[in-house]
Amino acid sequence: MDSAPIASTPGLDLAAIRAEFPILAQQIHGRPLVYLDSANTTQKPQAVIDAESAYYATINANIHRSTHLLSERATQAYEGARRRVQRLIHARESREVVFTRGCTEAINLVAQSWGRANLRPGDEVVLTWMEHHSNIVPWQLVCEQTGARVRAVRITDRGELDLDDFRDALAGPSVKFVSLIHVSNALGTVNPVEELVRLAHERGVPILVDGAQAVPHLAVDVQALDCDFYAFSAHKLYGPTGIGALYGKAALLEQMPPWQGGGDMIASVTFERTTYNEVPYKFEAGTPNIAGVVGFGAAVEWLQRFDMAALARHERSLVEALTARLDAMDGIRIIGRAPHKAGVVSFVVEGVHPHDVGTILDSEGVAVRTGQHCAQPVMDRYGVPATVRASFGIYNTTDEVEALVAALGRVRELFG
Amino acid sequence: MSELRDLYQEVILDHNKRPRNFGRLEHPTHQANGHNPLCGDRLTLTLRLEDGRIADIRFDGSGCAISKASASLMTDAVKGRSIEEADRLFADVHAMVTGEAGHEVDVDRLGKLAVLSGVAEFPARVKCASLAWHTLEAALHHAGAEVSTESETQ
Repeated sequence: MDSAPIASTPGLDLAAIRAEFPILAQQIHGRPLVYLDSANTTQKPQAVIDAESAYYATINANIHRSTHLLSERATQAYEGARRRVQRLIHARESREVVFTRGCTEAINLVAQSWGRANLRPGDEVVLTWMEHHSNIVPWQLVCEQTGARVRAVRITDRGELDLDDFRDALAGPSVKFVSLIHVSNALGTVNPVEELVRLAHERGVPILVDGAQAVPHLAVDVQALDCDFYAFSAHKLYGPTGIGALYGKAALLEQMPPWQGGGDMIASVTFERTTYNEVPYKFEAGTPNIAGVVGFGAAVEWLQRFDMAALARHERSLVEALTARLDAMDGIRIIGRAPHKAGVVSFVVEGVHPHDVGTILDSEGVAVRTGQHCAQPVMDRYGVPATVRASFGIYNTTDEVEALVAALGRVRELFG
Repeated sequence: MSELRDLYQEVILDHNKRPRNFGRLEHPTHQANGHNPLCGDRLTLTLRLEDGRIADIRFDGSGCAISKASASLMTDAVKGRSIEEADRLFADVHAMVTGEAGHEVDVDRLGKLAVLSGVAEFPARVKCASLAWHTLEAALHHAGAEVSTESETQ
């Protein structure tokens, strides 16, 4: 990987891209790092690392508060990043972007604000069997608080959403909300979100889309999708950890009550009565992760240098190459065979637990995720305790697919 | 690579492939379930205490080679021992796999369990090796309990 020339892909100069990621140059257990865990978190380009560092070195001040110049610059940097995120997902207005600690917190925000205000005993929240735990547990919590209940839509053997079951779920008299994943982190399946949103809206039901695994791989346009909420994290998008965004239609956000109280989210406070700040500040209580937001903005700017269609083609070619190689090997079962997948290949090695596979691959310098991928229902659905998951980012190469395949040969050597 | 061989020693691969004392006792006096939610390992331990000694013990469940071999080796090691002896063995194994015991492994005390010493070089795998032992502790001291690797302090 380091010595051999890197095969290029139309529209992307992979060698130049890889050179922007300092972490990729290192050796792991004496071998070149083959990082195939980008669905877990992506690596960060120098531009993002520099943006956070430069913020602390030259701008650092609290935002929206002081009259001094640094505070003004910090506020500009923070709000500039909000506009970048707005443009990334094609939101109509920047105030429709709320910064959160990540995708998980964005979903919790909707569950605790919209959910607590609107759900009543007997109401149903429609989820799917494909969901990450972060799009299950927040709804279970609000259901405990309100007496509503969760209904999970089935998935097929190939790992696609069962559209008939989705229609059945929507036909129920008590459906109040739909929340579902755009791209499955465990299977790679790309859900037909535009159609799912249309079906939900036909029933007059608002819908949240968990886009954590979609935004890094696909061009996302929330106005074209017409979803009511869209949640995602910066750290899966080449940005820092601990920061993410919730998109919400302005009219909905305005109706929703705050879910956390503190500074910056208020208009005025007396002991008799507090009035709240406008959207989005109503949902950003306390001093936020300003440096993280700046890094988030830098990551978006960095990613937008590339043609998303070329990126999607590149990652698709890696998924197809690995799928073909695994299919040609004995004793490997791929979990998730949807025709439309993005960035992820999940599999099990017959007779060898994924955890052991992961340790052996790591000893060969190949980093993958093994386990349940925070998606226990998916594991239960396919009758596996866990899977090995290889996931791709913009910097991965077909040579790295071959490195994974070679390392899987070591698994066979050890376990017979 | 040598560290990998230290982890996956032949004895471990053998116990993984042909686990000893696998299954469930029909009339256990004690039992407990163990669960590692991070990797999905599940373990059920059934045992029969007679006069303060572990007369018989079995385990079943699914898990990685390290957790399965560790459970298999443990059942062999504690059979016929008193509760106090089993507790002491757990302390020794725990110190070995977490690296607290240093590099010196007391083979006289640990016997076959010494093959788990390679785990100390793989911090991510310590929970795999200790799941069966935590489950045994729960069976002996907190009857009927379910232990999770994510609710203990290590």
